[in-house]
Amino acid sequence: MAFAAFATTEAQPQVTRRKSPIALFLLLPGILYLVLFFLTPLISLILTSLQAPSEFGDIGVYDYAFNWQNYVTVIQDYWPHILRSFGYALLATVFALLFSYPIAYFIGVKARRRPLLQSLLLVLVIAPFFISFLLRTLAWKQILSDESLIITSLKAIGLLGPDAYFAGTPFAVVFGLTYNFIPFMTLPLYTTLERLDTRYLEAGSDLYANSFTVFRKVTIPLSMPGIVAGTLLTFIPAAGDYVNASRDFLGGPDTQMMGNVIEANFLVLLNYPAAAALSIILMAAILVLVGVYVKRSGTEDLL
Amino acid sequence: MSIREFAESGADLELVGIQKRFPGFTAIEELDLTIPAGSFFALLGPSGCGKTTTLRLVAGLEEPTAGRILIGGKDVTDTKAHQRPVNTVFQSYALFPHMSIIDNVSFGLKRRRIGDAEAKAHEALKLVELDHLAQRRPAQLSGGQQQRVALARAIVNRPALLLLDEPLGALDLKLRRQMQLELKTIQEEVGLTFLHVTHDQEEAMTMADTVAVMNKGAIEQMGAPEELYELPRTAFVANFLGKSNLFTGDVVGTTDTAMTVDAGGHRITVPTARSQRHQGLVTVGVRPEKVTLHAEQPEEVAGRNLLGPGRVIDVSFAGVSTEYIVAVPGVGTISVFAQNMTFGPVAHEGSEVWLSWDVEHGFGLSDEPDESSRFPADADTQSIAVQRREALITELEGS
Repeated sequence: MAFAAFATTEAQPQVTRRKSPIALFLLLPGILYLVLFFLTPLISLILTSLQAPSEFGDIGVYDYAFNWQNYVTVIQDYWPHILRSFGYALLATVFALLFSYPIAYFIGVKARRRPLLQSLLLVLVIAPFFISFLLRTLAWKQILSDESLIITSLKAIGLLGPDAYFAGTPFAVVFGLTYNFIPFMTLPLYTTLERLDTRYLEAGSDLYANSFTVFRKVTIPLSMPGIVAGTLLTFIPAAGDYVNASRDFLGGPDTQMMGNVIEANFLVLLNYPAAAALSIILMAAILVLVGVYVKRSGTEDLL
Repeated sequence: MSIREFAESGADLELVGIQKRFPGFTAIEELDLTIPAGSFFALLGPSGCGKTTTLRLVAGLEEPTAGRILIGGKDVTDTKAHQRPVNTVFQSYALFPHMSIIDNVSFGLKRRRIGDAEAKAHEALKLVELDHLAQRRPAQLSGGQQQRVALARAIVNRPALLLLDEPLGALDLKLRRQMQLELKTIQEEVGLTFLHVTHDQEEAMTMADTVAVMNKGAIEQMGAPEELYELPRTAFVANFLGKSNLFTGDVVGTTDTAMTVDAGGHRITVPTARSQRHQGLVTVGVRPEKVTLHAEQPEEVAGRNLLGPGRVIDVSFAGVSTEYIVAVPGVGTISVFAQNMTFGPVAHEGSEVWLSWDVEHGFGLSDEPDESSRFPADADTQSIAVQRREALITELEGS
């Protein structure tokens, strides 16, 4: 036994050592790419976020420094935007999940025996991608504007009060975010639900669980990988989004999110350190939230 | 019989005029079946014969196109699966992969709000000797262990009726034997009604009190295992349940006790009482282990059928017995199982032999021999191999 144990422990590292140069070689393009296009801008961003205004310079000229107060200032100035970003993103994620789950369930489970219907529905899910994201958002701006046919007719039949409006409201922004990110929720959900073994559902109903309990105790836990992937793919871009909340699209002065503030600081106020600090905060906050979420959702067994 | 309480004992299962059609094919033509409480009933048949559909109908996972299902005298045809006092051990086990073993086993109890679910689940796991693995996940268990968990998960609910869908199919032979014994013990201990679906004739015969052989959506024959084996009524049963040597010929004489058939010039006698048809063209048969091999021509004895001479065309050794395939001119090939009482085969390939068997061991089938499918295609790989070899031999001899 002892000899056998020795033999295996000695043999294993040899195997990995023999393979490692090839693995490293194959990884090289990826590593180079990451260093060049991820690490370099990240370091540059961190350095910018710590810059101080140049003493004799013009507006928009900064010197490298260790001005960590930039972070305190932006949090003090922009904490409502930070909270709003995550609030809107969370709402959009929840709505997208509520809309997508039944769609994905229908395509992945109910339509399983009809491949044609399945592909047709999937095409419908991704069809919006064929039109530019900006154009679609602008279209919604028109639909939700005060003089649009829909709003005026809703008012005419009394479903909306005479003073009701949607343009520039948080509703419009969350609506836009939900709408734009729904395919990112539906597709991962579909891929897990498509593989869902319906025999587990039958076993559930055989063991005295009604359809609601089967859904809660079996279907949802088994589709957790899809739920986690879908919510991440929706939440992360939604939290950093600046198109929907922008005044040019669906937002108003009171709906500005972090993306809009970063944009304004970089391009209008030319306050690069503040914009960089905000970007770092956004990134760090998302990393922490996602980390906690993935750990709490406990999908390790299913992945 | 409320879902909220344990079944005191097994319940009768009655299927009345059950018919199940799927788009494009009929799975069950017409099925009437009564399974008495406390019995171990096996539905035996080849794949696609409708046995699993029958089980799913009883479990409530499919709805019958026509007919009624009664459990313990109560009509459950329109009752949803989760409200039936029935549990299933699925062919694939279907253990919830996201739950621990103990959560899997206590799932049904918790749904029925039965007190002390965890303790009862531990007891059930002890019964299958897996309590020490209660905290593991199904994926961490071997196939045999998963099978036992699936069994524990079903019997812990004390259903009036336990359905077993080929639960032993994935196990190796040794484990399968062990589980067969365990299942039988559990059934006797708890006194539940078991409905076992299988395509393994040996499993059905060793475990069940009553076996029903299903074919093409209908029950061909039903009875105690010995009865089915010793006195098959159709060619399908004769071949599906073990092997049979079948001979077709015209009845040439019938008395009160015996019926003689002329099969290719050979006279074969079977007891009249053991024959379903008594005139015209009939098929009679005998089990291979009932046939004795003789190296020299024996004397004709009253009460024994004698065939021969024939030539041994194949000898295959199977441990406890040896199977000889003997070609007898006029009646085709006959299979003989001989116990290995001595070392080595008693006859070799190519040697000339005679065959005899007790008239009492013969049986007559009810099939119409002139039906096109009077001997349904035997899916047994061994017999296919034999047929191939026969075809090859005739081809070689012809050239």
